Amino acid sequence: MNREFTADLKKRIEEITARYPSRQAALLPVLHLVQSETGFLSAEEERAVASILGLPPIKVREVVTFYTMFTRKPLGRFHLQVCSNLSCSLADGERILRHLQAKLGIGAGETTPDGKYTLTEVECLGACEQAPCMMVNFDYHGNLDPEKVDRILEELK
Amino acid sequence: METKVLTKGFELDHLFRIGVYLDQGGYRAVKKALTEWKPEQVLDEVKKANLRGRGGAGFPAGLKWSFVPQKTDKAKYLCVNADEGEPGTFKDRYIMAHDPHLLIEGIILAAYAVGIHTAYIYIRGEYELIARRLEGAIGDAYAKGYLGKNILGVGFDLDLYVHRGAGAYICGEETGLLESLEGKRGNPRLKPPFPASVGLFQSPTVINNVETLANVPFIVLNGAAWFLERGSPKDGGTRIFGVSGAVNKPGIYELPVGTSLREIIFDHAGGLKPGRTLKAVIPGGMSSPVFKADEVDVKMDCDCVAAAGSMLGSGAIIVIDDRTPILDVLSKVAKFYAHESCGQCTPCRLGTSWIHKIVKRMAAGKGRADDVDGLIRLSANIKGRTLCPLGDAAALPVLAIAKKFKAELQTALKGSA
Repeated sequence: MNREFTADLKKRIEEITARYPSRQAALLPVLHLVQSETGFLSAEEERAVASILGLPPIKVREVVTFYTMFTRKPLGRFHLQVCSNLSCSLADGERILRHLQAKLGIGAGETTPDGKYTLTEVECLGACEQAPCMMVNFDYHGNLDPEKVDRILEELK
Repeated sequence: METKVLTKGFELDHLFRIGVYLDQGGYRAVKKALTEWKPEQVLDEVKKANLRGRGGAGFPAGLKWSFVPQKTDKAKYLCVNADEGEPGTFKDRYIMAHDPHLLIEGIILAAYAVGIHTAYIYIRGEYELIARRLEGAIGDAYAKGYLGKNILGVGFDLDLYVHRGAGAYICGEETGLLESLEGKRGNPRLKPPFPASVGLFQSPTVINNVETLANVPFIVLNGAAWFLERGSPKDGGTRIFGVSGAVNKPGIYELPVGTSLREIIFDHAGGLKPGRTLKAVIPGGMSSPVFKADEVDVKMDCDCVAAAGSMLGSGAIIVIDDRTPILDVLSKVAKFYAHESCGQCTPCRLGTSWIHKIVKRMAAGKGRADDVDGLIRLSANIKGRTLCPLGDAAALPVLAIAKKFKAELQTALKGSA
């Protein structure tokens, strides 16, 4: 089955492609855009993006699977990305990950059955002065301890 | 002498708004250069200032610009490296969040110097909110006539776009970045040809780090001599050092290039917590070889840190205290590079995963007697045998830890046997 993008989405895609001398160069921004609309990139979306940018579908698959921010399966409404790199681990970042695993009852890379949270262990987020840190969707939270994490989760609706 | 140059305005509210930036004298450097100077004067001044790249390699920016051919039938491009993926690094985030117009001004000046009419800011995907702030600032700069067609009426055109990455450390490597910007996997290219002749879309391309470009307006306004006074003779200006790990005051510290590492850790970043002592320091981001506690009397400029056997890199200082087993540090380094190797070159693809495997078994208490020597052999075999610097970036810190902390690692092995 082929997916058809809405007229509005097509228009926004064309605005992006106008920034580059090649349509392929628009691939990452277009995938970000489509993923923000659909939540994840299924094979259908991959084919639709390939078609609109004039690329073989494999070129889209190559890119989707290379970059960690593109997801081929649905994520929870709140994507909790916890850094486990060096600066965060020196500030006991593992404690944050363990706390979230216990609290949500899921492992890293998993989504809660109600679809509310996805927990991911990530590499350095570029906020080492606030270690340990995590992202909730695109918001940064730093200087975490389990109590602060609890408060952040309570405020998520 | 006032130390702060780049970060001076960071305490101001709303400096990211063009009105506030203009009130502070913003875009004066662009006005000066575009209306009073020829492009080659900008280039000469930056060359004389010995502005070294702030992203990692420390290459002189003016020299890099001068490699781009003046006369060419092809479009030329500027790519701003805002990928900031080197673990421990967070300085460019501050510049872009607090002072996006400073970066835009630096971009305009670089583009003018080299004759470039299209520029892209390649920003790591996680910095989504900062990317939006940049886009807002770019929109304001267009509206005020600092970007677009016929800037300040001098006949110079420049278009500037923000391009988000999507989570891949390798795209901070300049040719990986180019591939990524072209809509492909971020597999680095074989050099030569260098990007200055064959870069983005097969065209001559300049790639500069955010902090590097943010220095250019000050060089244009105040001159190369002023800039050199603020740093080392062969490495001008200030650096925004990012300090993290076991210090009392982690954060950014803008200091003269050449400030001693000891001073940064103990005077500026507040030293270590009571009762703890310094064990090791990573001086320039995770890929830079570690210093032991007795090696921190080093001047933090590109050449001095290199002479001491490491690299200034991105100026990201990670401080490790006596309570942290060095095997924990090694585990993080090994895991990171095994994950981030793009897989293109065999020594890196296999080497990083073998190193990770060995370190994992050491950490699990199942290490073998010759594992430390194995790590040294493996990393020595990656070094210098890959297309891009990620191979060295993975090998050198492992080599340094395995050699400098061999006794501690051997003891850990015995403990597990």
